[in-house]
Amino acid sequence: MATNGTEKKIGKAPVLVVVQMTGGNDFMNTLVPYTSGLYYDSRKTVRITEDRVIKLNDQLGFHPSAAPLKEMYDRGDVAIIQGIGYENSNRSHFRAMDIMHTAEPKTISTEGWLAKAIKQLDPDGKNVLTGVSFGRGLPRAMAAPGVRVTSVGDLDTYGLMTSVEIEEQRAEALDIFKRFYTPAIGTGATMSYLKQTGDDVLNGIDQLQSVPGRYESTVEYEDNPIGKSLRDVARTHIAGLGTRIFYVQHAGYDHHAVEMPAHEKLLAELSGALRDFMDDLREHDAAEEVVIYAFTEVGRRVQDNGSGTDHGSGGGAFTIGERVDGGLYAGYQSLGPKTFANGEDLAHTFDFRGVYATLLEQWMSVDSVDIVRGKYEQLHPFRVA
Amino acid sequence: MALFWHHVFATGLAKNEHILSASIQLEMFRRNGMSDMRTILLDLSRDPAMIFWLDNNENHNGEPNENYGRELLELFSLGVGNYTEIDIKNAARAFTGWTFAQSPPLYPHGYYASEFLFDADDHDNGEKEFLGHRGNLDGGDIIDIIVEQRSCARFVSRHLYNFFVADEPQVPTWNDLPPLDPALIEDMSDAFLDSDGQIKPVLRVMFNSDSFREARFKKVKSPVELVLGVLKMVSTHDYFHPGLAKYAESVMVVMGQKLLDPPTVEGWHTGKEWIDGGNLTERVNFAVGEVGDGSSPGIKQIVDRMIESDSLTSHGSFVDAALDAMGPIDVEDPTREALVQFAARSEGDDDRSRAVRMIRLIVATPEYQYA
Repeated sequence: MATNGTEKKIGKAPVLVVVQMTGGNDFMNTLVPYTSGLYYDSRKTVRITEDRVIKLNDQLGFHPSAAPLKEMYDRGDVAIIQGIGYENSNRSHFRAMDIMHTAEPKTISTEGWLAKAIKQLDPDGKNVLTGVSFGRGLPRAMAAPGVRVTSVGDLDTYGLMTSVEIEEQRAEALDIFKRFYTPAIGTGATMSYLKQTGDDVLNGIDQLQSVPGRYESTVEYEDNPIGKSLRDVARTHIAGLGTRIFYVQHAGYDHHAVEMPAHEKLLAELSGALRDFMDDLREHDAAEEVVIYAFTEVGRRVQDNGSGTDHGSGGGAFTIGERVDGGLYAGYQSLGPKTFANGEDLAHTFDFRGVYATLLEQWMSVDSVDIVRGKYEQLHPFRVA
Repeated sequence: MALFWHHVFATGLAKNEHILSASIQLEMFRRNGMSDMRTILLDLSRDPAMIFWLDNNENHNGEPNENYGRELLELFSLGVGNYTEIDIKNAARAFTGWTFAQSPPLYPHGYYASEFLFDADDHDNGEKEFLGHRGNLDGGDIIDIIVEQRSCARFVSRHLYNFFVADEPQVPTWNDLPPLDPALIEDMSDAFLDSDGQIKPVLRVMFNSDSFREARFKKVKSPVELVLGVLKMVSTHDYFHPGLAKYAESVMVVMGQKLLDPPTVEGWHTGKEWIDGGNLTERVNFAVGEVGDGSSPGIKQIVDRMIESDSLTSHGSFVDAALDAMGPIDVEDPTREALVQFAARSEGDDDRSRAVRMIRLIVATPEYQYA
């Protein structure tokens, strides 16, 4: 496509990789307040003892399986944004995730915050790969009426008619498919949209199918879903197809029960995959234009339930990249029970819309007022170029 | 009808996390689906899954929680623009004390049923004004008043039309955009009001209408409709066994519809919103994969019919025989031309293989996305 050439000329257009930790990550057990008596009083079972914590300072430390994250933190590449939330936090996953995806806590919205950013980055929808989501199903954050994005289940098997084994028959079927979905005017709005979508899919496939063949790397990702998704992001980014916003999901954080082993495994997978991803990009001289934003939808209750933790509020997120000015941002949630929301939840210290505004304005150079519906206090987690 | 009401009164496991309540609710939709709106709304308001979903257990005398009162009017019966904020507040007050004996238990605390409970001590007995009626109204009175409204008759009629006839715009716009067939909606609404909110007379008017007769290919199939349609066509499975249910669910999920787990309280957006690049890819790949096995009973039968119909005489008749045996399915000219081109190119190939490849192409057409 013509836009590829343009993108290449611009060279290092900023790229945002959003990682969704689905289910509600237990932030207190990710960044542990290991000197807090309240933490250990509340967490009789679901706790990280001080001797296991990887200390960042004299109050906070990482979960032991987040060692790769600590490595990146020590390089100065990780900004930990503490205490993210919003007023009257909603404990329901669906609603909370919806709120995170649409930046709209009060009413139901169908416009994703990243989709609206994509609209600004590529107003005429010239490149169907400006926004790419890896994994099954398009997250609402990437969806808005009239915004075309590409949703890829698995890069290595991505394509249409993939069940047709005989190559010749498949090529023939795709050729006919292309004729079915040739955009046409005057056949009705839905039919036009359907044909345009089919055409976009073919267009995206044409470009993405060449990606695996063009990629070589010494980095070996662990064999797990998030490693696979981030490797897909790396391969696509390195191929230089003009993607500005990537989205991946890491599922399983809803630890109502048996949290200890499950959370440990997830954090090990995620932090390992993030480190491998950055190493991979560096190997291909493709790291400095990339920033990762890893977030979750709900916080978890201060008090454990003996086996896991129930839904609460107040979470935390990670912003990672070479141009990130590493450190701790916003405030850790107060551990004084008097400040708790609903009498039992960590109260947020920073509005999530301010984090979005920070990423959009300072990193992507996109106007955020319309996207987050107002002006919110921003952080400054990027190194000035 | 259970699927229809599930679309309207979408209640989600993502919050409730209690499959037993969900299945009790579904049973209620099956039982009440063709009854009358008063019964439907009354049982809905007493349904533990719904009470929990919209927080009516938090709706207390003196401390009303408006969630259920609001959605009852906005999403379940009248639609935006047909009531005031005062009506919402008073509807919420009327439903105070409508709760459950025991909260639907969250995992891992067990799987017992939760039962409706009217807590008289927690009920607001004060005077309330609702849609022009005044008195010590309770939830049942609110529903009685709702069912008498023409806006309720129109709302239900339009939902039925959207589900069975043709794609309407999304529900929140209904107050601003007129129905596709306003006269039919009025006729259906008359049937609703004349019968005191019975569903069957409304369906009768709809199914006998010209709009319904001309309704083929006027709506985008929901994932449920697409997946079950394809599975029925291939007939590989004799009955809906658990493994098949799991498989069907997994493919519907990637197409954007997880039953019992709607994206929001508004339910699923329908029509063209079922389609995005990822969903379309999944829809096409699923259907192509399922029909590609020429030995499955359903496909074998379609191929037999195509070959028996003596359709192989011309490329056009080959295409028409396939469309006929599979539906019949109507396609627009560009699609038919592409199919004829395939027929021409594959001339001389084995008849059965060629027929299966034709079927495979037809399920990949834009038209196949419509019901």
